[in-house]
Amino acid sequence: MARLTAVLATTHHPFYLKATTAPPEERMPQADEWQQKVEAYRATLTAAEPDILVMVGSDHFHQFFYDNYPTFLIGKQAKYDATFYNEEREFGIPKYVLDGDEDLSGFMLQGLLDRGFDFSVSHELKIDHSIICPIITTRPQADLPVVPIYTNIFAPPLPSPKRFWDLGRAIREIIDAYPTDKKIAAVGSGHLSLELGGPRQFHETGPDPVFDRQAIEWLSEGNIDAILENVTMESMSKAGNATHGFLDLILMMGIAGPEKASYVDSLDLFHTMEMYMTWYPEGDPR
Amino acid sequence: MSKYYVNKFLFTVDRDPKLLAQYKSDPAGLVAMWEKEIGPALGQGGNAVEFTTVHSLTDEERRALVEHDYVALFEMGAHFFLNLTIMIALYDEEFMKRSGPLSFQIEMAKKLSHWKGREYPSIQI
Repeated sequence: MARLTAVLATTHHPFYLKATTAPPEERMPQADEWQQKVEAYRATLTAAEPDILVMVGSDHFHQFFYDNYPTFLIGKQAKYDATFYNEEREFGIPKYVLDGDEDLSGFMLQGLLDRGFDFSVSHELKIDHSIICPIITTRPQADLPVVPIYTNIFAPPLPSPKRFWDLGRAIREIIDAYPTDKKIAAVGSGHLSLELGGPRQFHETGPDPVFDRQAIEWLSEGNIDAILENVTMESMSKAGNATHGFLDLILMMGIAGPEKASYVDSLDLFHTMEMYMTWYPEGDPR
Repeated sequence: MSKYYVNKFLFTVDRDPKLLAQYKSDPAGLVAMWEKEIGPALGQGGNAVEFTTVHSLTDEERRALVEHDYVALFEMGAHFFLNLTIMIALYDEEFMKRSGPLSFQIEMAKKLSHWKGREYPSIQI
């Protein structure tokens, strides 16, 4: 059976690459600290020596739109293009072609259907920055096959926090049951409090630093009960209009289970708090 | 009101550099062309035969799109990500030259500041 050697839950900040590769005269003051934190976080994935990455993200109206926006979708392809024109334009993120793992995608899809998660499947999926940002931060050589899973945290109405948790639990069962000698890591990205296109965007801190600290504490302790008691669509909206990306972090904790994280770090950046969290289901290999 | 159609406009124009350039240089012309040729193509287009005949912009939606009126678009419930991204594409560079990084985004936030502490217009369709 497969070994799940690491689960990573992180915020994704599309400007990381630009900020840390800018010429010295344009480099933002926090770039060095940001880069150090990201490289330390990267080492938590490297230490798990994964062979395959199960990746969780959400399409930001790059491929999918309101004409048919999937609630949950998995890609099943041998290769995936990544990065859209408007992401290159705005964020300076380069294009990639990632290898896929069709066998695990198929096994995952069937396993999800068997467990009551009626996923959509795409055979022409182009990956956006919700998956490429964590590739850039945690596996910049982009050399591992991926199984991309998309959720709807973006076009309401959204599935409930409980549904995201349950989906994470189902993904964990399926990974544990996958017949292979390979080591799998799950890497997913989302957000803490975030405001985009509203009056609280791009302030000195994220829109709700109190929520951010609380959310990190809940996740790092595996405290799903507190999350399900306190986090609702309304409470996330109050913390910032794009805070619903937190649902994908709940999903990642679902893959890890109600366990304490082995690695927890954060960075207070302009307009957002970044979070870097890793669980080691088999124990810490470092 | 057609939140869907307003979002379809923002989505289809933002992802096409030629349409985006026209939206900057001749917004009224681009909006008129879009309503005739791009909006009616079913879904994301790509087929010259299948059309949607059931969506249209209201006068106020058309005005807001022609005038790049992101406050009105926010108040109509246009999706925040589309509204922000396309306006950054149109204005970020000139604001940056004039007033430095993120100055457009900060101005946008200021112009929406009357919504602070209130429930925002719903983006749900």
